[in-house]
Amino acid sequence: MAQVSLRKVVKRYESIQVVHGIDLDIADSEFVVLVGPSGCGKSTTLRMIAGLEEISDGEISVDGDVVNDVPPKDRDMAMVFQNYALYPHMTVYENMSFGLRLKKFPKEEIKRRVAEAARILDIEDLLERKPRQLSGGQRQRVAMGRAIVRNPKVFLFDEPLSNLDAKLRVQMRTEIKRVHQKVKTTTVYVTHDQVEAMTLADRVVVMNKGIIEQIGAPNFLYHSPATRFVAGFIGSPAMNFIPCKLEAAGDGLTMRLDKVSFAIPAERVARYKAFAGKDLTFGIRPEHLTDAHPNGTKNVAQFDAAIEVVEPMGHETMVFFTVNGAEVCARVDPNSGAKTGSPLKMAIQLDHMHLIDNSSGKVL
Amino acid sequence: MADAVMTGHKYVTPTRKRSGFRKMMERKSTIAFLMALPLLILLSVMVLYPFGYSLHLATLNKSMTRFVGFGNFAFLFKRETFWLVVQQSCIFAITAVVFKALIGFIVAHFVHNIPNKGQRKWRGMLLVPWVIPPAMSTLAWLWLFDPSYSAFNWLLSFVGIGPIPWTGDAYWARFSVILVNVWYGAPFFLIMYLASLKSVPEQLYEAAAIDGANWWQRIWFVTLPMMRNIISITVLFSLIVTFANFDIVRILTAGGPIDKTHVFATWAFWVGIQSGDIPLGATVSLFMFPILAVCAVFILRDIHRRGNEA
Amino acid sequence: MTATTAETYEAKRGSATRPRYGSMSRDRQWALRWSYFFLVLFAIFFLTPPIYMIITSLKSSAEISAATSPWWVYHPTLSNYKELLGSSQYLIYFRNSAMVSICVVTVTMLISIPAAFALARMRFWGSTALATGVFLTYLVPDSLLFIPLFKMFAVFNEWTGIQLLNKWYCLLLVYPTLTVPFCTWILIGYFASIPKELDEAALMDGANYRQILLRVFIPVALPGLIAATIFAFTVSWAQFLYPLALTTSADQLVLPVGIITSLIKGDVFNWGQIMTGALLGALPPLVIYAFLMDYYIAGLTAGATKG
Repeated sequence: MAQVSLRKVVKRYESIQVVHGIDLDIADSEFVVLVGPSGCGKSTTLRMIAGLEEISDGEISVDGDVVNDVPPKDRDMAMVFQNYALYPHMTVYENMSFGLRLKKFPKEEIKRRVAEAARILDIEDLLERKPRQLSGGQRQRVAMGRAIVRNPKVFLFDEPLSNLDAKLRVQMRTEIKRVHQKVKTTTVYVTHDQVEAMTLADRVVVMNKGIIEQIGAPNFLYHSPATRFVAGFIGSPAMNFIPCKLEAAGDGLTMRLDKVSFAIPAERVARYKAFAGKDLTFGIRPEHLTDAHPNGTKNVAQFDAAIEVVEPMGHETMVFFTVNGAEVCARVDPNSGAKTGSPLKMAIQLDHMHLIDNSSGKVL
Repeated sequence: MADAVMTGHKYVTPTRKRSGFRKMMERKSTIAFLMALPLLILLSVMVLYPFGYSLHLATLNKSMTRFVGFGNFAFLFKRETFWLVVQQSCIFAITAVVFKALIGFIVAHFVHNIPNKGQRKWRGMLLVPWVIPPAMSTLAWLWLFDPSYSAFNWLLSFVGIGPIPWTGDAYWARFSVILVNVWYGAPFFLIMYLASLKSVPEQLYEAAAIDGANWWQRIWFVTLPMMRNIISITVLFSLIVTFANFDIVRILTAGGPIDKTHVFATWAFWVGIQSGDIPLGATVSLFMFPILAVCAVFILRDIHRRGNEA
Repeated sequence: MTATTAETYEAKRGSATRPRYGSMSRDRQWALRWSYFFLVLFAIFFLTPPIYMIITSLKSSAEISAATSPWWVYHPTLSNYKELLGSSQYLIYFRNSAMVSICVVTVTMLISIPAAFALARMRFWGSTALATGVFLTYLVPDSLLFIPLFKMFAVFNEWTGIQLLNKWYCLLLVYPTLTVPFCTWILIGYFASIPKELDEAALMDGANYRQILLRVFIPVALPGLIAATIFAFTVSWAQFLYPLALTTSADQLVLPVGIITSLIKGDVFNWGQIMTGALLGALPPLVIYAFLMDYYIAGLTAGATKG
């Protein structure tokens, strides 16, 4: 178990820079997920931690020791790969014990550790099989087993669930979480799937174009995204973004979205005052844009929307319409009677609104 | 600017300075170079150096005491036998390769045509000539062509064809060496074309059949274009090997009768080793080089193209 | 590659057995008959010399020179085999051939495996040029270099007093130039097809490059190694020009040269013994081929398809 810290870590390939100076501190036993679209530098960052890629600049340290020039084999980390990378010519037992055998562990110790890991992962009856005789989920477990038996300082996961079908992915996600709670090894996990990131992480690191957009606990990121990128990336269906105008109206502020306009709640006026008249974007998640209840609560703005598409999901219904040129998605009650082509009274829960400065991309 | 400062910082990191040599030995590229070093030594000492040496030898006189420049080349150009060898080498290589490729292509189709479970057996039988060392199998041919006991002539006498001087007459001897070479080399083409035929997707043939193509059109518009690259690589490769062939001609006719079947390799052996004129022999060998180089360039190009397609 | 082959195999079999409409099926029937007819013809052409070797090897010299059918053995005898295997001469050739081939295979593998690993997986200055160079030397035929090599060994003897000409072990220096380039080339192909994550997984597991090569790459690329080994062996066993040029003493000869120089005495051809000797000499490659045909063919086709 260990802490890992990255200080101004940079990765350059020839002249192209793919990671632009990353700072990150990972606490002992913490489960950190690096998430972002493909090409954001998350895998490169993980591979630099692993030692598979050289660090162009900056410093990576484990438990306070700089490991920049330490080869992967001496970093005491274990990695699970997207395509599992099991040795095809070895049995499951041999695959899992390979690292220990290289380190010349006593036979008894190896046996004990493999048995223990196999028990945790429920693969005890697969130990004599070859990888090609295993299903995708079983291979995934073996790959994790290979990491667990080493009892390393850090676990590294590189998109480990991407090759599995949807159902198995959910199942293995739970499995990974369960294993982490049991072994409590510091874990860095890379994925492009924000649901995976939210469900697994103690802390999520959202990356985009080689920089860190925001670091935070899953719920914090969800409710208080720092940038437009994070706001749009976290949460499914994604947050609605509507171009808007903010106007000063006496002591308060008025928000104008095309034909709709409403007053900003008093407690937010001070926060937004300085941005009146600027080019802004209004952000609201679909779940905070619902059909209007007659007994409307505080801080709700109501308006009429012309419904364009209705998608019933059973427990809820998604409706789509256009506001100020932007397509907007809302979650409404299945009994709201939403129909394509007919208007519906919608309610915006202003307590959950976000306002984004277009020039900086920051959430205000 | 910030980058430059960072890079500067990297070089003063004490860990880098402390063990420069050991660091270098642990570097991936150094390890890789060391692993490839035996290969590099072998190729330079036993291939590159001899090649350069043969260029040097070609400029010496017979006793290797005097520099004669292009004297050996000029001498060869004036000798009738040399032009005979050039002519025979070209006839031999081109005819043999054409027939090897044709027979290989045709037989590959026959094997591909029959049900799958029999293919292995037939393929196994048809490849036997390629597996037997040519020096051994050519002896069998030599015995089949024996002037007085030829088993072929014994069979032909039943249909009234008189004893054929397989290796005794210049034209028949030329035919014989080509026949043996085709016999030895055709199975190689067969295997290559069979592998290539199997990689043509069956749907293409079905699509062509639906479009109304007959078997000839299917070969012309589907099979040949799909196999074009492998055909050109095998033909070029075989041109090199056949052009430089030594074993078959040497054992079957030893260049005779009266030097009519000599190719570059056998004549170079005769001149250089048996007659002891090493510089002249080296010169004869060197004449193979331009043709080999041209083939090699085309092979490299085709392989490169193959790599790009994949 | 193998997967697609298997699929077309299946498709082929399916179309062959599936009942078709009248004329289509009759066409196929005829195509099949013609195919078999020509295959038999070609098989006769391809197999006549080896079969004739067997026939002759079972005859006494009296029967060989008799006026009876050359294609039939009336009084089969093993006397040729007995005589040949009883003569120390032939056994020396066989031993020399075996020694040379086994040593060359070993040397080839020791050079090719690490070089192919380096060229397939690690980049270093000039590595792409070296890979191309390897392929080009594979195209260099023996008949281009035998004269300078002959002279090189002679000069080497003058300088150092070490006699290499006319010693069977001088072939150990020469044969690798024929085997190493091809073996390296196909091993590069096999190694390159191993997913990169596999070496990274081994790196993370704590393996160094030597361990990655020995415990991951070599076992995973074993089919390629077998194919390369077979190639190296058959090339060394069959090589004729180099030993003919570089060795002359009877006790230093390898099989192909030995049979030709010692069994052909002047103009007297003892064909029974020559055929027996040639047949026995062809046996090792044939046996390997019979048992490891798939690897043999894989090696053969890999040269062009693994480019």
